[in-house]
Amino acid sequence: MSTLRKKLVMVGNGMAGVRAIEHLLKLAPEAYEITIFGAEPHPNYNRIMLSSVLAGGASMNDIIINDLEWYHSNGIRLYTGHTVTSIDTRQKKVHTDKGIEASYDELILATGSNPFMLPLPGAEKEGVIAFRDIKDTQIMQETAKTHRKALVIGGGLLGLEAARGLLHLGMEVSVVHIHEYIMERQLDEAASVMLRKELEAQGMKFLLKKQSEAILGKKRVKGLLFADGEIAEADLIVMAVGIKPNIELARKSGIEINRGIIVNDYMETNTPGVYSVGECAEHRGIAYGLVAPLYEQGAVLAKRLAGVQTEGYAGSITSTKLKVSGVDVFSAGQFTEQPGSRALRYQDEIEGVYKKLVIKDDKLVGAVLFGDTGDGAQLFSMIKNHENIKGMEKELLLGVSSDALASPKGNRLEAMADDEIICGCNGVSKGAIAEAIQSGGCTSVGAIKACTKASASCGGCKPLVEGLLQIYAGDNAVTVKEGICGCTTLGRDEIVAEIKRMELKTVKEVMNVLDWSNDEGCAKCRPSLNYYLGMLWPEEYIDEKESRFTNERYHANIQKDGTYSVVPRIYGGVTTPADLIKIAEVAAKFDVPMVKFTGGQRLDLLGVKKEDLPKMWEELDMPSGHAYGKTLRTVKTCVGSTFCRFGTQDAIGMGIRLEKAFERLNTPAKVKLAVSGCPRNCAEATIKDFGVVAIDGGWELHIGGNGGVHVRATDLLCVVKTDDEVLEWASAFLQYYRENAGWNERTAQWVERVGLESIKQALDDREERLALKERIEATLRLTSDPWKQIVNEPELRKNFEPITQPETV
Amino acid sequence: MTMTKMLVGNVNEIDIKGSRKLLVGNTEIALFRLTTGEVLAIENKCPHKGGALSEGMVCGSRVHCPLHDWRIDLHSGNVLTPDTGHVKTYEVEIDPESGSIYLTI
Repeated sequence: MSTLRKKLVMVGNGMAGVRAIEHLLKLAPEAYEITIFGAEPHPNYNRIMLSSVLAGGASMNDIIINDLEWYHSNGIRLYTGHTVTSIDTRQKKVHTDKGIEASYDELILATGSNPFMLPLPGAEKEGVIAFRDIKDTQIMQETAKTHRKALVIGGGLLGLEAARGLLHLGMEVSVVHIHEYIMERQLDEAASVMLRKELEAQGMKFLLKKQSEAILGKKRVKGLLFADGEIAEADLIVMAVGIKPNIELARKSGIEINRGIIVNDYMETNTPGVYSVGECAEHRGIAYGLVAPLYEQGAVLAKRLAGVQTEGYAGSITSTKLKVSGVDVFSAGQFTEQPGSRALRYQDEIEGVYKKLVIKDDKLVGAVLFGDTGDGAQLFSMIKNHENIKGMEKELLLGVSSDALASPKGNRLEAMADDEIICGCNGVSKGAIAEAIQSGGCTSVGAIKACTKASASCGGCKPLVEGLLQIYAGDNAVTVKEGICGCTTLGRDEIVAEIKRMELKTVKEVMNVLDWSNDEGCAKCRPSLNYYLGMLWPEEYIDEKESRFTNERYHANIQKDGTYSVVPRIYGGVTTPADLIKIAEVAAKFDVPMVKFTGGQRLDLLGVKKEDLPKMWEELDMPSGHAYGKTLRTVKTCVGSTFCRFGTQDAIGMGIRLEKAFERLNTPAKVKLAVSGCPRNCAEATIKDFGVVAIDGGWELHIGGNGGVHVRATDLLCVVKTDDEVLEWASAFLQYYRENAGWNERTAQWVERVGLESIKQALDDREERLALKERIEATLRLTSDPWKQIVNEPELRKNFEPITQPETV
Repeated sequence: MTMTKMLVGNVNEIDIKGSRKLLVGNTEIALFRLTTGEVLAIENKCPHKGGALSEGMVCGSRVHCPLHDWRIDLHSGNVLTPDTGHVKTYEVEIDPESGSIYLTI
């Protein structure tokens, strides 16, 4: 069988080349015996996602596009870690550095590009890298553990993504750029300045109009010298000034090159049987560096190799999206004004939105969007299709309303060629999506995403995918949104908004009005709704204990054997001999199998039978420590100025005051506090939800820390002088968290999600803080100790006992 | 095996969407009262790690195990997907007049 197949060899194992192979396998699965050589020791991975790996959003495994199993099951022979060193175009053979020889009938050069390393003196020093592959990413992650200062040379797309990633890894980052504004190849000056300000607010620094001259240091880099004589310190220098097509192999083998390997519209080089695709290929004078055009090239090449009719590749208009969290930037086409073109601009410095459309001969030829890029995909599609937009220019500028564009959008999508790429990140064509809908049975954007990967990465093409769904699935299309659980398609914010708007007052009412799909919900939405209702209507809402988890219903922690544990409140970790004797006596009387100190400075009585709980609480006569709920747990303290020779403030006093203020508070997830009496921070306040650290003459307030699965150090919220201010800020912060976080979302995740700045802003105004404080106090006034309540109410207490002893009838 | 019918209590001793347990011989049984008024009985032991189902959250006619959120249908005793398994169910009768609960075991 294999003797009938022609031999196809590909040099390079990257995104563009492997994409072409995937396409070819679909068109002509039996036509070729395929061999791929890759210099990197990995299977094909999504290079675009390296910035997400660096920023912590994805793991290395997440970005593998084709795993080794894929190569195996498609019968592809893969050599990783092999560099092809020569091509014999007459004998039709390639040789590798490890001595492998392979003959071919057709050869694809998909060698990609190399990062352009500035030829500066000292560029060979340790700590000078590019941002191109998995290895570079790993070096950055390693360096961030031991070093502080990073310099990124290059203020373009790649440089900024690298810088954001390094910032995320905890490094101090400065971006060095030769031009006076960043991303000048994708943005006009106005958008660029807005972007810079936003990134500066995130902590990035910029050294603009700086020409790098030499890299300083002995073995390892120490700094960067500029042409103006200034020096910037650096432990790590990342060069992200651009890429150059990797054409060395082609040059040596006599294949025609310029900046890249020259190809015609069918991706053929001047040498028979040799093709080129991807970043190394130069088509009509352009070597592309973005993925969408490369996938378009791959599709043409696959058709050519499969013997399928194709009109050839005619070049691409490109669009750019910066993948930096909290910043939305989009640019496409010819965005600077040229003779004969006119521009429309909209700039709103309050909301941080900028839009610019460039129009020529009644057609949209370019666009820049900052802050709100929702229309990007549609504008880009209009640019590519040379659509006449006469009369609707202003509408486009002020926002593409779906009504105004309903029919043109449909028409445009319908008129689009089947092989046009809809999802640039994952290279999904219109035809692939149409097929997923028509024969794959996909009826929702989610299903299309799962089936084709369209809209799975940046999500910018989602409106187009939705449009295609309307065209091909028509009435069968269902909009399935990701709800808080399987019972609803609504998210947290929508639910809270609806509860407020319609003044819904019970869990049942919410489920009825908002069309829950499961009667009585599930163990996820029931406690969520119970929390939101209690948070929104503290006075009126009657807590539904049946919508709480076991632990919160029985006010004790269920253990794996069905027993419970009892933790009485010990404010600030300070107890008395009398309380200790009482705890000891109760533990002995009820045969408690284990008495243990908790990590939160109190005592845990473990292994208690459920029916003993109320009796023990009664005898203890101490308040519940709430060691079991989504509520304030402990306030850990150090000894502070009371006894410690280093202590600058009364940490114990402050801890007790905070614990008494906030005990019994219902919160989205558990909340832990700590107070340290000096910056030595013995109470470990910087891994707590709200941490207080004394300094000379004041207190530092820290938020969003966590010592659990994902350790997160706190962010500094502010520094205050008085004890009352600590209470004021703690109240405001906790209430703002209560009102805005999702149920079961810890402060650490929440701070990451909404950003420290948004919280700082919300709490900045004193009046606002006092209003929040008033609301939290109103809620706290309504709480009472649950143990006492159960002890005194037989109707509650009965649930701790087995039902009446059975009698036979 | 002989079947025994026992009076085990009254409906109003169980909260709606609540549960009470009882020990018969060596078997612990959980009684659930649904919103519909039905009372259902199953063995108080999750097939996964033996969690006490009486402590779980009742949603419709399903109970969520408190240990790892397995869901069990209280009518059939079947574990719901994605997990699999079965919990023993017992016949329950309620006297509509008095509300007495009779369990057959």
